[in-house]
Amino acid sequence: MHKFLNPARKKRLYIVLFIIAGVSIALAIMMTALRQHINFFYSPSQVAAGEVSAGQRFRIGGLVVDESVMRVEDSLQVRFALTDGAQEVWVTYAGILPDLFREGQGIVAQGALDEAGVFQADEVLAKHDENYMPPEVAQALAEAGHPTQLSTPDAT
Amino acid sequence: MLPELGHFALILALLLAVVQAVFPLLGSFYQKPAWVALGQPAACAQAFFLVCSLLCLTAAFILNDFSVAYVAENSNSRLPLHFRISAVWGAHEGSMLLWMTMLSLWGMSAALASRHLPENISARLISVLGWVSVGFLLFILLTSNPFERLLPYVPLDGADLNPLLQDIGLIIHPPLLYLGYVGLVVPFAFAMAVLMSGNLASAWARWLRPWAVTAWVFLTLGILLGSWWAYRELGWGGWWFWDPVENASLLPWLVATALIHSLAVTDKRGMFKAWTIFLAIFAFSLSLLGTFLVRSGVLTSVHAFANDPARGVFILILLGISVGSAMLLYAWRAQSLREEVKLHLWSRETMLLANNVLLVVMTLSILLGTLYPLILDAFNLGLISVGPPYFNAMFVPLAAPLLFLMALGPHQRWSKTQPSEWLGRLRYTFAISVTLGVVLPFVVTGSLQGHVVLGLALACWVLIATLQDLLGKGMRRGKGFTGVWQLPRSQQGMVIAHVGVAVCAIGIALSSQYSQERDVRMVPGDAYTLGAYTFLFEEVVSGEGPNYTTTTGLFEVSKTKRGGEQVIGTLAPQKRLFYVRNQIMTRAAILANGWRDLYIALGEPLDERAHAWAVRIVYKPFVRWIWLGGLLIALGGFVALFDRRYRQKVAQAFQGAIDLGRLKPANAE
Amino acid sequence: MMNSANSNNHHQKHRLAWLRWAAPLAVFLLLLLLFWRGLSLDSSTLPSPLVGQPMPAFSLEMLHDASVLKTEQDFKGQVALINVWATWCFACHHEHPMLMDLAYLNRVPIYGLNYRDDREAALSWLEALGDPYQFTVFDPDATVSIDWGVYGAPETFVIDQKGIIHYRHVGVITINDWETVFLPLIEQLEQAA
Repeated sequence: MHKFLNPARKKRLYIVLFIIAGVSIALAIMMTALRQHINFFYSPSQVAAGEVSAGQRFRIGGLVVDESVMRVEDSLQVRFALTDGAQEVWVTYAGILPDLFREGQGIVAQGALDEAGVFQADEVLAKHDENYMPPEVAQALAEAGHPTQLSTPDAT
Repeated sequence: MLPELGHFALILALLLAVVQAVFPLLGSFYQKPAWVALGQPAACAQAFFLVCSLLCLTAAFILNDFSVAYVAENSNSRLPLHFRISAVWGAHEGSMLLWMTMLSLWGMSAALASRHLPENISARLISVLGWVSVGFLLFILLTSNPFERLLPYVPLDGADLNPLLQDIGLIIHPPLLYLGYVGLVVPFAFAMAVLMSGNLASAWARWLRPWAVTAWVFLTLGILLGSWWAYRELGWGGWWFWDPVENASLLPWLVATALIHSLAVTDKRGMFKAWTIFLAIFAFSLSLLGTFLVRSGVLTSVHAFANDPARGVFILILLGISVGSAMLLYAWRAQSLREEVKLHLWSRETMLLANNVLLVVMTLSILLGTLYPLILDAFNLGLISVGPPYFNAMFVPLAAPLLFLMALGPHQRWSKTQPSEWLGRLRYTFAISVTLGVVLPFVVTGSLQGHVVLGLALACWVLIATLQDLLGKGMRRGKGFTGVWQLPRSQQGMVIAHVGVAVCAIGIALSSQYSQERDVRMVPGDAYTLGAYTFLFEEVVSGEGPNYTTTTGLFEVSKTKRGGEQVIGTLAPQKRLFYVRNQIMTRAAILANGWRDLYIALGEPLDERAHAWAVRIVYKPFVRWIWLGGLLIALGGFVALFDRRYRQKVAQAFQGAIDLGRLKPANAE
Repeated sequence: MMNSANSNNHHQKHRLAWLRWAAPLAVFLLLLLLFWRGLSLDSSTLPSPLVGQPMPAFSLEMLHDASVLKTEQDFKGQVALINVWATWCFACHHEHPMLMDLAYLNRVPIYGLNYRDDREAALSWLEALGDPYQFTVFDPDATVSIDWGVYGAPETFVIDQKGIIHYRHVGVITINDWETVFLPLIEQLEQAA
C-alpha cells in the first residue's frame, strides 16, 4: 500500500482529509449550535419534583387552572397556574396572550423558573384545538405548510 | 350521488394509474411499442378523473352536503362561498386530493411532452409517474377518503372551516405550494428513467430544465404566500418561524434551487451528471419527507394531538419504497455515470458547485434542526424543541458566502476564466458595496449593527455586480436596452432572480434589526408614540360579519414631520368571534408603504368597564421587501422558462449522441 | 486544487466512488428507522400523571337529571371505562358507533363524562344516536376534567374495581385498540382481583 503513495495519491489523500475535516467542523458547529439553542420540555410534575433548576430555560406544558388567571392592574402582567393534573406551577407573563388562551385550555410556555419557583414566561403558546379527530387546525395548518397547532403572539 | 361519483372517479384513476405504471415499463423491456403507447392516454385519463373527483368534492362543499364527513367537519352553511371552495383543501383529506390532482396534471403534462424524448426514456418516465400516482391514490383511498359519508346521522350543519383558514392567503397558497411540491416529481421520475435506461447523454438536462424551473417557481410562490399569510393571520408581526412545517417546504426549495443550478452545468457542459440526478431524487425525497412529517404528526408529537399513526405508517412505507428504490437504482448506476471532471478554480462550474455545496449544507443543517427533537425522543433523551436561534445561527453564516459567490458566479466564463477579466470591474463594486453597507445605516440611524452592515453590503454587492454583468453582456449584443432585451431569456431570468435575492436580503436584514414592537395597555382616548408615529386609540365599535361578530378598534395614525403632526391614516384591527367554533381570531390592521409597515393587533380586553385593551403596535421597516424579493425570484424563474433553447426539439439533441436503447427509434408522432 | 484533484486520478477515485451512493443510502435508512420509531412514540406522548393513581374525588350532576349528584364512588366496583365526550367533538361522532357496539357486548360498564358541553345538545345527541353509557356526568366547565388531566375529547380511562386509573386512551377507540389494548388490560385487571 505505502509504496503507492505517489504524489497524485498524496494529493488525493489530502483532499479526502480536507473533506473529512470540513464535514467534522460543519457537524461540530451544528451540534454546538443545537446544544445551545434547544429547550427541554417539562411537565408541572417534573418541575415540582425539582428536576429543573432556577434560571434554566425550558418549556412547560399543561392546562391553565380554572380561576387562576389574574391580571395586574394597569399593566399587561398576568399570572396563572398550570397543571398536569398532579401538580401545579405558577407562571407569570407580560404581554399579549394568544387568542386561544383560556382557563382549562392546554398551553405551552417558554421561559425559566425564578428563585421563588415561579415560571417567568417570555412566550406563551396555546393549542389551537382540543378536539382530537379531526385534528383540524393542527393538521389543516400543517398541511398547508404552516406553523401547526401553536399560535404565538411573539414575533420572531 | 356526487360524492359517490367522486369516489368512483378516484378508483378509476387508480386503475388507470396502474395501467400507466405497468404497461409502458413492460413494453420497454419486451419491446412492445403498443404497450408503451398506453402510457400517455392513461396519464391523461387519470388526470381527467382526478379533476372530476376534485370537482365532485368542491360541489359537495358548494351544495353544503353535510352528509359527507369531510364537508361536515370543515364547512358550514354560513361560510361564504369563496371560503367554502377553499375549504376543499382546508384539511387533510381534501388537501391530499388536491395534491394528487396536481400530481396527475404534472404527470399528464410530462407524459405529453415526453414524446420528444427517446422512447426508452419516455416509457420509463411515464411509468415512474404512474407508480407514484398508484402509491398516493392508494393512500387516499385506504386512509384518507374525503368522500366518506356520515350516515345515518347526518349533521344539520357543519363544524365550520377553521377561522384561521378563512383568509384570502389560504385560498391561493396551498394550491401553489402543492404545485411546487408535487412538480418535483417530474425531475424525480426523469432521473429514475435516465438511470433505468442507462442513457448517459447529457442532452436530457435541457429537456428537464424548464420542468425543474416551473416546479421551483410554484414552490417559491407557495412559500412566499405562506409567509405573507402567517404575517397577516397568526404571526403577530412575524413572517417566518422555523416551524417544522415551514421547514418542510423550505427544504425541497433549497435542494430544488441547487438542482436548477446544477442542471445548468449539466446542460451547458455535460458535467455533474450523477450529482444532478442525485439532487433530482433528493428534492422529491424531501418533498415526500415533508408530506410525511406534516401528516403523520411525528414531529409535533410533543404538543400535537393531530396524528394518525396509520397514515404515518402508510406514507413512511411510500417514502421507503420510492426513495429506497431510487437510491438503490442510483447506487447501481452511479458507477456508470462516472465522468471526467476538469474543474478550474475560476470558472462558472466551480461557482455553481460551491453554490450547490452551500445549499446542500444549508438543507442538511435545517433538516438536522427539524429532526433533532425526534432523534432525542427516539433515544429517550428528553422532549425538546429547537428554536429559531438555532436556525438563524446556521442560516446566516451559510447564506453570507452564498450571496458573496452569487455576485461572482455570473462573471465567470464556463470552463476557465482569468481572474484579471473580472477583478478590475468587481474591485470597485466590492469597495462601493462595503462603503454603502457601512455608510447608509450610519447616516440614517447613527449607529452600526453587524447584521445590517453584512446584509446591506452583500445585497449591494449582489445587486451591482449582477447589473454590471447584465449590462456588460447586453452591451456586446447591441445598444442599451435592445442589447439587454436580446440576451437569452434564461440569462435575463437569472438576473431578475438574483436581484430578487438581494432585495429579499435587504428586507430581512433591515426588518429584523430595526423593527420595533410594543405591547401596551390602552383605553380609548390614549395615544402611544413609537418613533415618529403616534397611534391614537379613538374608539371600539362592534359589528357583524357573515359568520362572526367583530369588535373593532379604531386607531388614528399620525406622523411627526418638521411642520408638526400629520395624520397618515386610520387602522382598524379586529377581534372576530366565530359563531360555530366559538373561536376568537385576531385580525391585524396594517398600514403599509414600500418602506415600512405599521401593524396593530388587538390583544385581549383587560378591563371591561374601562374598555382597556392590550394592544400590540409594531413598526416594521422594509418588511415588504422580503416578499417583493421573493416575487422577483419567482418572476426570474418564469422569464427563464421562455428561453428559446428549451423549446427546441430535444429529440434532435439526442440523435447521434447516444444509442436509442433497445427499442426501435421513437417513431414520429 | 480541484483541478488536480479530479483529473487523472482515475483508479483512486474509483475506490472511494462507492461512498457517493452508499453514504446517502445509509443516511436514508437510518432516517427511515428513526421515523419508524417516531411513529411508535406517538401514542405515548401524553402520559397521564394519574395512571396508577386513584380517581380524583369529584361530585357532578348527572346529565339526565341535574338533581342527582354522582361522585367517584359511583364508578367503583367493577373494571370500567370512563369516556370523555362532547357534541362539538367530531371525533366523538366517529367513536360513537364503536361505543354502542361495546355497550351491546356489555363486557364492561361504560360511564360518560360530558365535557364543556350544552346539556340540551348532549341529551338530544344521546337520543338520536343511542346511549351507550350506564350514566353520564355533566361537566360543562371542565372543572373535573382538569383534575383528570383531560386535554380534549374523546379520551377514555380504564379504571379497576377500586377506582384506580390504569390506562388513558387519547382519541377514538378503534377495534384494533379494543382488541390489543383494552381487552387484555381488562382481563388482567379482572384476574388480579
